[in-house]
Amino acid sequence: MIKALETLGATVLESLEMIGRTFNLLLVTVWEMLQPPYRFYPIVRQMYFIGARSISLIVISGVTIGMVLGLQFYYILERFGSTDLLGSGVALGVIRELGPVMTALMVVGRAGSAITAELGIMRTTNQIDALECMAISPDKFLVGPKVIAGILSVPLLTHIFDFVALFGGYFVGVVMFSVPEGSYMNGMVDAVQWVDVRLGLVKSLIFGLLVTLICAAQGYYMHLTKAGSQGAEGVSFVTTNAVVLSSISVLFADFLIGALLQ
Amino acid sequence: MSSSTANHGVTGNAIEVRNLTVDYGTRRILTDIDLDIPSGKVSVIMGGSGTGKSTLLRCILGLKQPTAGSIHVLGTDITKASTRQLYQLRKQTGVAFQGGALFSSMTVGENIQLALREHTELDENTIQIMTRIKLDMVNMLHAEHMMPSELSGGMTKRAALARAIVMDPKLLFFDEPSAGLDPSTSAELDELILMLRDSLKMTIVVVTHELESAFKIADRISIMGKGTILATDTPEGIRTSSNPEVQGLLHRKPRTSVLDTEAHLKALMGVRS
Repeated sequence: MIKALETLGATVLESLEMIGRTFNLLLVTVWEMLQPPYRFYPIVRQMYFIGARSISLIVISGVTIGMVLGLQFYYILERFGSTDLLGSGVALGVIRELGPVMTALMVVGRAGSAITAELGIMRTTNQIDALECMAISPDKFLVGPKVIAGILSVPLLTHIFDFVALFGGYFVGVVMFSVPEGSYMNGMVDAVQWVDVRLGLVKSLIFGLLVTLICAAQGYYMHLTKAGSQGAEGVSFVTTNAVVLSSISVLFADFLIGALLQ
Repeated sequence: MSSSTANHGVTGNAIEVRNLTVDYGTRRILTDIDLDIPSGKVSVIMGGSGTGKSTLLRCILGLKQPTAGSIHVLGTDITKASTRQLYQLRKQTGVAFQGGALFSSMTVGENIQLALREHTELDENTIQIMTRIKLDMVNMLHAEHMMPSELSGGMTKRAALARAIVMDPKLLFFDEPSAGLDPSTSAELDELILMLRDSLKMTIVVVTHELESAFKIADRISIMGKGTILATDTPEGIRTSSNPEVQGLLHRKPRTSVLDTEAHLKALMGVRS
């Protein structure tokens, strides 16, 4: 019993430490990024990695999820004879919820894990120490561009996801089940208000920050955890941790933002 | 000028470590270390594995905050220095890490150019010329466009050395220059270190456990054992030291069980059966 409590206590303390370190990393990075010289090329490079190289994945998953959503909504609405609401349902579901959340989860899987692995390997091979010794701030050189690129890329990817998911819903509703095109499009336009678009945008901005910051912190502070002395296995451990933590954070933040900005 | 800076000028020491103690959790790694590194000389910190050499180096580099004591590097007490002060100091120092620590996403040339691009306003042409000068110094001109993954162990160490000296530092740290290298490449690196001391008047600190290399390059040798400095002297002074622990390190022998091959094999087979 005592042993179990000790393990629980140690886990809670370690989690609190990690939250503190992540928050500290954010503050230090923001401060360092505000100091000259300002370099934009690393941000563009990271936007290419996080954003541009995720487009194909976002398009495929967006179309698929839009089609699934269209299919499920169609079957449900058909029972009540309300298939003309299909456009509204798909649009609201995608723009308010599924677009930001699914995009963030896709970015976690594709770019977030790579960020953690990259920084973890740099930590274990002394590359981050080397930067420090060259008087180059690793927060500014490594973490800052990734976080800024995440904050800018995730909303852009979310809009691409929204667009193709709406197209997926359109394909299922209008092309496959012959829902009138006018009712699908008008339903979409009438139902979606600025507040829904704003909610999706706010979510995607916050998810972009959360995903890149948590993934970067897991790799960056790898040496301060038990995984720090485990080499390649340690990198694998923190990468898995980063994916799990950032995914849960996205889902939890989705609930909080939804509740606060309703 | 602070009093510590003035002190640096008077004593002629590039580094002064006083009463340095380092704990990792409840484990004491370094105990009450006093160490002076004279300017313009090659100082070697030598000792067996687990004696605290790397921890001492990390403290001197400002990568590890000690539990107690002070470390003055070029007149600045780095245990009390702010991040900005540390960064200013680090512009005057170079570090060649044991594994090279080259940035794997950049070519050798880009690795060397990084500090120049970040800390100077030099034009592209000058940066290219300076890169080639440094690469030529370490006989790596042919590897400018190679990726770190394409380099051998010796080439990686030379590239790391070129990166460390690109800003013409006053103080150069070299962690295990000979580790994992064949004797001829190791000798080449030793020659390079001596050349840097003589031609660029650098203060060089080498952390190693290689006796031959240490005695070849050192002006002064500090021997570490069990988290303390056992002795600091010239190579000749260390050779003739009466300290039994120092002599033990200089004349280290393999385990007795390994010397008796037959008995060792029998013991191993006994474990198996």
